[in-house]
Amino acid sequence: MDIIITGLLLSGTYALIAMGLNLQYGVARIMNLANGEMLVVGGFAAFILFTGGGVSPLLTLFLVAPVAFFLNWLIYRIMLRPLVNRAKSRGALEQDAILTTFGLSFVMVGLMIWGFGGDYFNYSFLSRPIVIFGDNFGLNRVVAFVCAVALCAALYLWLNHSRAGMAIRAVAVSPESARLVGIDVPKLSARAFALGGAVTAVGGVIISTFLTLDASIGVLFTMKALIIVIMGGVGDVRGTIIAALILGVGETLVATFIDPGLTLAAAYAMFILILLFRPQGLFGRRPT
Amino acid sequence: MSVNVLSLRGATKRFGGLVAVDHIDFDVTEHQVMGLIGPNGSGKSTTLNLISGALTPTAGSISLRGARISGLPAQDIARKGVARTFQLVRLLASMSVLENVMAGAMFGHRRRGRHDAEHHAMEMLEKVGLGHVSHAPVGALTYIDTKRLELARALASDPQVLLLDEWLAGLNPTELEEGISLIKRLRDEGRTIVLVEHVMDAIRSLCDNCVVMSSGKKIAEGTPEQVLSDPEVIRAYLGDDDA
Amino acid sequence: MTPNYGKELSAGAVLLIIAALLPFASDGYMLSIGVSIAMYTVLATSWALFSGPTHYISLATAAFFGVGTYVTGAGIDLLPYWVLLPLAALVGGVLAAVVGLATLRLSGVYFVIFTLGLAEMIRQCVTWFQNQQGHKGTYVLTDLTEAHIYWQLVGLAALVYLIGWLIQHSRLGFALRIIGDDEQVAAHSGINTSLSKVALFIVSGAVAAVVGAIIAPRYVYIEPAIAFNPMLSFQVVIMALLGGTGRLWGPLVGVIPFTFLWEVISASFPNQTTLLLGLSFLIIVYLLPKGFVGLLQKIRAKTGGFA
Repeated sequence: MDIIITGLLLSGTYALIAMGLNLQYGVARIMNLANGEMLVVGGFAAFILFTGGGVSPLLTLFLVAPVAFFLNWLIYRIMLRPLVNRAKSRGALEQDAILTTFGLSFVMVGLMIWGFGGDYFNYSFLSRPIVIFGDNFGLNRVVAFVCAVALCAALYLWLNHSRAGMAIRAVAVSPESARLVGIDVPKLSARAFALGGAVTAVGGVIISTFLTLDASIGVLFTMKALIIVIMGGVGDVRGTIIAALILGVGETLVATFIDPGLTLAAAYAMFILILLFRPQGLFGRRPT
Repeated sequence: MSVNVLSLRGATKRFGGLVAVDHIDFDVTEHQVMGLIGPNGSGKSTTLNLISGALTPTAGSISLRGARISGLPAQDIARKGVARTFQLVRLLASMSVLENVMAGAMFGHRRRGRHDAEHHAMEMLEKVGLGHVSHAPVGALTYIDTKRLELARALASDPQVLLLDEWLAGLNPTELEEGISLIKRLRDEGRTIVLVEHVMDAIRSLCDNCVVMSSGKKIAEGTPEQVLSDPEVIRAYLGDDDA
Repeated sequence: MTPNYGKELSAGAVLLIIAALLPFASDGYMLSIGVSIAMYTVLATSWALFSGPTHYISLATAAFFGVGTYVTGAGIDLLPYWVLLPLAALVGGVLAAVVGLATLRLSGVYFVIFTLGLAEMIRQCVTWFQNQQGHKGTYVLTDLTEAHIYWQLVGLAALVYLIGWLIQHSRLGFALRIIGDDEQVAAHSGINTSLSKVALFIVSGAVAAVVGAIIAPRYVYIEPAIAFNPMLSFQVVIMALLGGTGRLWGPLVGVIPFTFLWEVISASFPNQTTLLLGLSFLIIVYLLPKGFVGLLQKIRAKTGGFA
């Protein structure tokens, strides 16, 4: 039981960062492989503010979100928009985007190592035990879970019930038709990309309250987020949440019963099975 | 009696809840030019995509000379002798005009060696009137020449059935005349052709037989004169006051 | 259409002989750089054989390479060394076939992510397996010298160029160019697209595994973190794209300068290698989309000369 709950608590944050990536890939059509680094940057900010100024990570959230939004908006406008414009085909854009965001990811890692060194960083925030169903869990994990779930829910409601959210979903489904009904697709793509980056950075702040991070760990989170997005189906919020649950619980099971060193291998095994049997995602329809 | 080269029986394609092609039946006999016509969105191009294997039918069967081809991947259908052009011209951008046609000549219904394919491709280029630009890059071609090139690539595989997806669309009146006479020559050679077309003049002068589709269903079949005077066809094209 | 094949081949043979003379002419340091260059040349060229025409970015090099080193590591005490190289090719080829069949039907993004994780997944499994056995690594003790390793790699490079040249002039090579231009046209022209892609992926996987098997004695002691270093995959991608994948010799043009640059940076600023990788990627995308080869062709076109 405690394993299930541990996995569940983990999957809340996974769902959040996967939502960030999903917004970027599903709407802006850019597979952002520097996504995990944005997460580490968020975590770094929380670490510095907490150890330097005693600022609670829960407050840092509100600072990181707008800064990351703006930063990602700039990245999209300056680096990615020219690629979108020059691309002759979806395939060419895909290749360019992969190379660029990989480059960006390495540059961010390089800069973080340059500025702050490659050491692990963590800080002690709300690390008191809390009892759920008779077992002990870190309070920070529970708080992180609550935050992540609240943010996911807010995002979901906003996407489904607001005008702007509706426009974003329209672009995700069909950019051509969205343009026909008067939606400014390039502008919205930039915003969705920025929003996705902000969500991921916020996920980083949350994750730093209970996990130890270092400058080069981002790629691990990128991979996990990707696995979740693909497993859940691109643009499918419900699928994302369930895939995050499967991954979080699955990883915890493997780490407990087999070996903590095999978590990524376990995630990959799931990924392979999905690719082989349901490449369109758990709930996705077959592409037509 | 003429032989059925291509037969569709209950061919159906669903996209989620939408039925794009709904139980279509028709036969194309040897040396026949069959026109697939109907208003926009009636499922003509989707039907063509089902035949060529670009899409897999949800139900029903399609067979080529009695052998079932529906459900096979596009490359197998191509090897069995179905060649096509695309609604939006698709050329191999990094290659020369000749190499584009060689693609069809080497891997299609009749598989040729490189040398043989080059020779055959040259013949096809002459046939469509592009012999003089065989070594040009495809970027240098005019619009009608890209259409000709795509046609040459399809012909190069010696297909049993040639599928033309709005091959005449977007041509100006002079080009249209040239285009129609080119296809007429193919018909006179005895090729079996299925064409999706909007240009009425072309349908009247080229097609032996027509199938009219509306909202995914076949609403009429017959010679161009018969179907174009059919009240139901006219209603489908012009809209229904009661609808 | 028919260039002078004999000329191409004999020019290649002369260059090969010159390259093979290096161990007689230079000291240990230059030879070790020579080994690196030969290794990256083989890896980048075989990578480009697959990725050049298909535009799929494979990050599986480290996985194949690592599997190859482990074939040597596990087999050196059991089998004669010369049996291990074809065995590595076989294992690498089979792994590539399995991965290729599973992922090459899908879009490029899935493929990249999958190959990126492949090395990491195998590394975790090997580490776990070794921990179960109670040790961390394996000794590879042979009497092969640096010069022997170098010659083997140069020989392998010759083989890769020959394979590449043969593929380029074959039906398969033409089919791959068509696939690279437009996969749908390829399929509708009767090309079995997934089979063609998997075939090339097997070639590049087998070659990378053999490179790993050849390099293993150089490490003396191999452990998963060395054998499955993900940096290797990225370096190979950068070198190949920097040189240009449009020509068979393109990757070599990227390998030589990048190897020296990498040596300098990792010797003087060991922490900045990641930054170098990142900037290289961005330079490729924004400044050299077709690599040095493309740049050269552009300059030639401008000055009016002929290639």
